[in-house]
Amino acid sequence: MASSYDTLKVVGTRPIRPDGVDKVIGRAAFGADMVMPGMLWGKVKRSPHAHARIKSINADKALKLPGVKAVVTAADFPSIPSEEAFVGEGPMNFRDLSRNCMAQDKALYDGHAVAAVAATSSAIAEEALDLIEVEYEVLPHVIDVEAAMADDAPLLHDDLFTQGVEPKPTRPSNIAKKIGFNKGDIAAGFKEAEVVIERRYTTQPVHQGYIEPHACVVSVATDGQCTIFSSSQGQFMVRAYCAKLLGTDIANIRAIPSEIGGGFGGKTLVYLEPLALALSKKAGRPVKMVMNREEVFRGTGPTSGGVIEVKLGAKRDGHIVAAQLVLKYQAGAFPGSPVGPGCMCGFAMYDLPNVSITGYDVVSNRPKVAAYRAPGAPISSFGVESCLDELARELRIDPLKLRELNAAKDGTKTAHGPTFVNVGYVQTLEAAKNHPHMQQKLGPNQGRGIASGFWFNIGGESSAGCFINEDGTATIVEGCPDIGGSRAGMAMMAAEVLGIPYDRVRPVVGDTASVGFNFLTGGSRVTFATGMAVTQAAEKVVVELKRRAAMIWDISPDAVEWKDGMAVPAGANAGNFDPLSLADIALKAGRTGGPISAEVSINAQGAGPGFATHICDVEVDPETGRVKILRYTAVQDVGRAIHPAYVEGQIQGGVAQGIGWALNEEYIYDRNGRLDNPGFLDYRIPVASDMPMLETVMVEVPNPRHPFGAKGVGEVPIVPPMAAVANAIADAVGTRMRDLPMSPPKLRAALDEQNPPRMAAE
Amino acid sequence: MPHVVISGTAARRFTGGASEFDVEADTVHRMIRELDRRFPGLGQQIDEGMAVAIDGEIYQDAYMEKLSPDSEVYLIPKIGGG
Repeated sequence: MASSYDTLKVVGTRPIRPDGVDKVIGRAAFGADMVMPGMLWGKVKRSPHAHARIKSINADKALKLPGVKAVVTAADFPSIPSEEAFVGEGPMNFRDLSRNCMAQDKALYDGHAVAAVAATSSAIAEEALDLIEVEYEVLPHVIDVEAAMADDAPLLHDDLFTQGVEPKPTRPSNIAKKIGFNKGDIAAGFKEAEVVIERRYTTQPVHQGYIEPHACVVSVATDGQCTIFSSSQGQFMVRAYCAKLLGTDIANIRAIPSEIGGGFGGKTLVYLEPLALALSKKAGRPVKMVMNREEVFRGTGPTSGGVIEVKLGAKRDGHIVAAQLVLKYQAGAFPGSPVGPGCMCGFAMYDLPNVSITGYDVVSNRPKVAAYRAPGAPISSFGVESCLDELARELRIDPLKLRELNAAKDGTKTAHGPTFVNVGYVQTLEAAKNHPHMQQKLGPNQGRGIASGFWFNIGGESSAGCFINEDGTATIVEGCPDIGGSRAGMAMMAAEVLGIPYDRVRPVVGDTASVGFNFLTGGSRVTFATGMAVTQAAEKVVVELKRRAAMIWDISPDAVEWKDGMAVPAGANAGNFDPLSLADIALKAGRTGGPISAEVSINAQGAGPGFATHICDVEVDPETGRVKILRYTAVQDVGRAIHPAYVEGQIQGGVAQGIGWALNEEYIYDRNGRLDNPGFLDYRIPVASDMPMLETVMVEVPNPRHPFGAKGVGEVPIVPPMAAVANAIADAVGTRMRDLPMSPPKLRAALDEQNPPRMAAE
Repeated sequence: MPHVVISGTAARRFTGGASEFDVEADTVHRMIRELDRRFPGLGQQIDEGMAVAIDGEIYQDAYMEKLSPDSEVYLIPKIGGG
């Protein structure tokens, strides 16, 4: 398909995004910007306990407070049976989703919603929260993943039995699931190995850190028709989840997407919308709800923390002959950690003959995890890529050379089964090896680390419409919230097909009543899948434009070609006519059959996986343990970059988040299981002054399944950074950091352990 | 006929532990129907929780994708993203 567009005029250029000006001048409407007439303010009462039985909730005093219009608790939501489905970003149990939005019987983490109130002002709603009386029976809690796996751990759910073990357990457990992937003969592999190393690594849960908190404004009319205006990664996801949780038909809900101030996976779930709908229904007025930052940290999902146990066996020449991985992932209060993709991604970069992978999905008294860029992959890759570096040092082989020796390529059979086709990992290694960064000299306490990463990318269901306006401009309507500049990409692909300038195409993200179903923005799928729908819609429009031109010229449509945005006769035999521009044809649309448009709905397949190799230079301050990132280069196979600047932006964003994950970010709980650092002052994400210019190298191995060769690019850049930084620290000071974050106190302690400080008396 | 492998251990509870099958089918849908006939419940598990890798390329919710007699098919956990 890519060959149809070998000569590109728009794709591959760097125009300004259509939403750019509004965002720069502060005019863009985000979730909290919408108001409705007669609107109330909703607030959530949250559990102060990590684990507690809810004995009673009494809202009488709150309801007597002037201005309070409604209070809802779990009793206001339909009882939903345990029902698993794959919707949104992974396996979803709607009963769990409902209970995560509003605790029923038990509060399962500090910050778990137990009631919500709507009042005429935000201050009154806040005051009313204190008047809602909740009687708790505090229960023992468990935060750590391995503590939660212990036989004597406090149980979160009496009806949770470990799946994936035989015989079927008779006792409940916090281990929701055990999964495994095997290839070859792992015992024989280790027997064959000349060098074996075995290491244990840990990561902490980290939040996506989106700047815009969750926010919505909703209205439930007296006839049951619901309108939701909210910030999310998918208005169709919001509609479906709310319909399920409220017990109404999907057709009764219209979900309108706002601009979104970051999501990174964290807005692939609902938290506020169902509560606001229940409040609006009860109060008979629209309700607005906006989380503050503390609520975002306490009440919404980070990604898992985990334990990663890696064992590698290799020949002295560097060929790895056995690889074993055990992953223990925190799921939060309900099952559903990304341990599955963690298992499949950890070793995916390598061609390994004998592999054993085991994963555990474990609940504990933390917020239910949500997706975060390449869910699961960064955790397992931190362990694998760190261990690979340790193996390289043991073997005295250059770490990049070790990766080249074992690299997956076309024809490699993965540990999770499929045989790779059309993959670009080796190309990223080659580009990294030849990059000037690798030649830069390092000084004292400075080191260089290499790490690679893999992510699947997905396609999925997308719909789009291409509408030709009367003046020859075009409107593109699609249904995926634009997080990373996707609207620009959509307009560029449509402009390329139509043969008109980029600024003659206006892309719009439609609401659920304006465009056919779209799966949400996630899985690095939008430019690939929705871009495919947009391209096909534009191609259908071109067919129609040719037909209209043929009608005007009174010749056969087969005798018309579309060239540079104009209809031209296909050859001398077609006749001698002046070209008709798109604007010429649009002007006569009414007389030639009516408006010209096309809508396409597809389930896009063949996304093509993403591979990346990163180079990181650090300097360690041995006095303080502070790590400074000196230089960072990210090499990635991007298929073909539709808008290179926005691809670079995705790569830089993923790297920045990965560096924060590596160096500083962690949830700190007190002895009662209460989150101690629910704000950006104490939960430190990277800021601009922490970063050098993040260099990007786009390796283009076009995806033959996409009309322009695009692959997903938004997730794999967060996979390598943690190991790249850890490997650089080890190179700089000889200290191997195996527990994230590698914060100054921890690194300083590790340095002291390596070189004990002399006491004053000595 | 296409050779089908259930990757990972999660879905093997439907098959009594077996993981590899030859399935007479020329589309993904027919393959799922045949597997469900042999192992009741597996079809729903595939529909709701699994992706299908055909000769290395991963498909999700793609009933009408073609299988050739020598296709290598892996059933892997469905992929989402962030």
